[in-house]
Amino acid sequence: MDEQRSHIISALVMHRPGVLQRVAGLFTRRGFNIDSITVGPSEQDGLARMTIISRGDDKVLEQITKQLNKIIEVIKVRDLNADGTVTRELCLIKTHTPSERARSEIMQYANIFRGRIVDVGPENLTLEITGTPEKIDALIDILRGFGIKEIARTGPTAISRGSKTM
Amino acid sequence: MKGSQAIIKSLTDEGVDVVFGYPGGVLLPLYDVIYDSDLKHILVRHEQCAAHAADGYARASGKVGVCIGTSGPGATNLVTGIATAYMDSAPIVALAGQVGTSLIGNDAFQEVDTIGMTMPISKHNYQAMDSSEIPQIIRSSFYIARTGRPGPVVVDLPKDVQEGELDYPENITIDLPGYKPTKKGHPLQVKKAAEMILNSKKPVILAGGGVIHSDSSEELQHVSELIGAPVTTTLMGKGCFPEDHSLSLGMLGMHGRVASNMIVDECDCLIAVGCRFSDRTTGDVSKFAPNAKIIHIDVDPAEIGKNVAVDLPIVGDAKIILSHLVRVISQTKGQGKPDWVDYVKSFRASCMPRLSFDDTPLKPQQVIKEISEAVTDDTIVTTDVGQNQMWMAHYFTSRNPRKFISSGGLGTMGFGFPAAMGAKVAMPDNDVVAVCGDGGFLMVCQDLATVKEYDIPVVVCVLDNRYLGMVAQWQKLFYDERISQTKLKAMPDFVKLAEAFGVNAYRVERPGEMKEKLQEALKSGEPTLIDVMIDPNEILPMVPPGCGLTEIVGEYKVERENPSEITYRPSAQETGGD
Ligand SMILES: Cc1ncc(C[n+]2csc(CCOP(=O)(O)OP(=O)(O)O)c2C)c(N)n1
Ligand SMILES: [Mg+2]
Repeated sequence: MDEQRSHIISALVMHRPGVLQRVAGLFTRRGFNIDSITVGPSEQDGLARMTIISRGDDKVLEQITKQLNKIIEVIKVRDLNADGTVTRELCLIKTHTPSERARSEIMQYANIFRGRIVDVGPENLTLEITGTPEKIDALIDILRGFGIKEIARTGPTAISRGSKTM
Repeated sequence: MKGSQAIIKSLTDEGVDVVFGYPGGVLLPLYDVIYDSDLKHILVRHEQCAAHAADGYARASGKVGVCIGTSGPGATNLVTGIATAYMDSAPIVALAGQVGTSLIGNDAFQEVDTIGMTMPISKHNYQAMDSSEIPQIIRSSFYIARTGRPGPVVVDLPKDVQEGELDYPENITIDLPGYKPTKKGHPLQVKKAAEMILNSKKPVILAGGGVIHSDSSEELQHVSELIGAPVTTTLMGKGCFPEDHSLSLGMLGMHGRVASNMIVDECDCLIAVGCRFSDRTTGDVSKFAPNAKIIHIDVDPAEIGKNVAVDLPIVGDAKIILSHLVRVISQTKGQGKPDWVDYVKSFRASCMPRLSFDDTPLKPQQVIKEISEAVTDDTIVTTDVGQNQMWMAHYFTSRNPRKFISSGGLGTMGFGFPAAMGAKVAMPDNDVVAVCGDGGFLMVCQDLATVKEYDIPVVVCVLDNRYLGMVAQWQKLFYDERISQTKLKAMPDFVKLAEAFGVNAYRVERPGEMKEKLQEALKSGEPTLIDVMIDPNEILPMVPPGCGLTEIVGEYKVERENPSEITYRPSAQETGGD
C-alpha cells in the first residue's frame, strides 16, 4: 500500500490554452511528484491527450486521478497498467565526433539501437532514437564516452495494448 | 449588441438582481451599461468586500453571488474573497476586467494574470477572448458555480471584448464534457452503509457544510432520530442540525465542544456527511475516531480518503443519499439504539459549557449568551475570524441552516462584516448580525460607508479586546506568554468611528446590556455598530495542534459543576446478536 511506484497517467483533455498550466499547477500545488508530461492532439477534434509519469503510493495515485478529474477541462483520466501499455519516447542526441573512427562507431551504435542520423556536421552528429525510456538511457550512456553536446527528450507517451481504449 | 450589454443580459437571464462591485478603467464599457440597467449595483469600498459580500449573499440564500473588480489591483483585491469562497465551497461568480486583448502579455497598465492567479483558488475560470463567447461563458460559469460541489468561478473580461459586437444567441447550450457531477449515490453502497449502521452500537453523525449546500437538514435529522445517532458538526455544518436538539453535540474539533470530541472518540460508526475532515476538525488524524468504522458521503470524490481513511464511501448528493438511506433503514426493525441515546444525552448534559457570568469586564460566554437570547431562529449571524469566531461557534446555539456564516477553510479576517452585508442584501426580511473581532473589523471598516449609503441594516458587534486575541492565546499557551505583536495598542473609538460614517453605535460594558442594545439595534432597522468591551484574558479551551481530540487544554467551565459519573451500559438487547 505504501509502496512508491512509477505510474503512467493518460488524460484526455480539452485542447485549449491554459489546460497544461492547470494540470501542472495541480501537481505542484498538491505536492504530487511529476517526472514528465507530454501533450499532443488526440484522435478526437478539439481534444488532446496528456501522458504524465508520476511516482507515489496508491493513496497518492488515487488523489492524483481524482484531483485531475476535478479539472473541468479534463475529460477522462486513466492510470495505465505498465504491463498492458506500450510506452515510447523520442530523443535527439547531438554528439561530438572527435575522429573518423568515433564517427563510424557512433553510426554503428545508432544502427544497433535502431536510431537514425538526422543531421551531420564536420564535428558533430545528431541522432534520433525512439523507444522505451530505458533503451534511450542505455544509448545515452554509451554515447557519453564520445562527448554529448546536447540531448532533447520528449518524455514518454503511452497507449494501452490491444483493442481497448480509455 | 455589445459585449458589455451581453454581460448584463447574461447575468439577468441567470436571475441575478444585485452585484457587488468597484469600477475601473477597463470596466468603463461595462459600467456604462450598468448606468441605466435594472441590475442593482452596490458600490463597495474595497473589492475584497465585494467578494465577501457575494459570498455572504450566496451562503445566506443558496443563490450564486456576483462580484466585480477591475483589472490589476481590482482583481488582486478580489483574490482573498475568491479563495475564501473556494475553501468553503460557496458559489460565486467573480467578474474581473482585463486589459485589451492586444495588450495582454505586455505588462500593460493594470495588467495582471488573473487567470493564472485564480487557477488554484477557483473551481474554474474563463478568459473571454471574443465578445461572441460571453453568453456561453457566463451561462457555464453559473452552472459550474452552483452545481456539484459549489465554488467560485472567475471570468476575465478584456476591455475590447466588452466593446465588441455580437449576436446574442437564442439558445445557449452548456457543453462541458469533462464536468458531470454524480448525484445519485450507488445503491449497493447505500445498502452496505445501512447494514454498517444497523450493526453498530454507537453511531455518530458528523455533518459538514455539504449538508447545507445540498439542503438536506431535514433528511439528516430524520436519519439521526431513526438510528439514534447524535450529531456533531464541523464549523461549516453549524446550524444544519438544531443545536438545542437533545441529540446535538455541537461543533467538533480544535475548539469543539467536549461532548462532541469525547463522543466521536468513543463512537464505533461515524457517518460523515458533506465534510472534508480538515485538520481543525480531526486533530491528529491517527487518533481520530479510533474505534469507528467511517462512512463518508460526499459529492466530491476527491474528498474521499484524502485526509482520513474511509471504510465506506458514497459519492453523490447528500440529500438524495440520506433520503435513500432513510428508506432502506426504515424497512428494518429495531434501528434505534435507546441505551446509546440515553448515555449520549446524559453525557451531553454533564458537559454543557457554562454561559452565564456576571463579571465586568464582560466574559465572552455571557456576551454570546445574550446574543443568542436577542436573536430569533430567522436571524442570520456571521462571524469574523479569531476568538470571536470560535466563541460563536462554541457557545452560540444555531438552529437552522444558512443562519451561521463563517470563513472556515481560509480563516479570513475581515470576512464577517462584508459577508453580513451580502447576507442582508440577499435576505432583507431576516435580521443579520455580524460578530467580529476588533482586529478583523478594522480591516474592512471602510465598508460602513456602503451599509450607510445603501441602507443595509446589519448590526456589527465588535468584540473589543484590544488584542489579536486568537494569536495572543496561542502565544500564551505555547510561546511562554511572549505577546509578540498581538496587542493592539492604538485602536479607534469604534463608536466614534461608526458615527463618522453616519452609522449608529453603542458601547456595551456590563452584563445585560448586550441583549438590550442588540434588540434595540435590530428594532431600529438601521445599520448599527455595537462596541462590546470584553475581558481580554479569557482563554478558549482548545486541542493543541498535533493532539487527539480528547486532549483539551484550558479550563472547560461547565454549566453543572459536579456531574455524576455516567457510564455507558448497553442493554442485553443492544449487545445481543450482531
Ligand atoms: C487576513 C488574516 N490575517 C491574519 C490572520 C491570522 N489571525 C488569525 S486570528 C487573528 C487574530 C484576530 O484578532 P481579532 O480580529 O481582534 O479577533 P479576536 O481573536 O481578538 O477575537 C489573526 C491575526 C488571519 N486569520 N487572517
Ligand atoms: Mg481582538
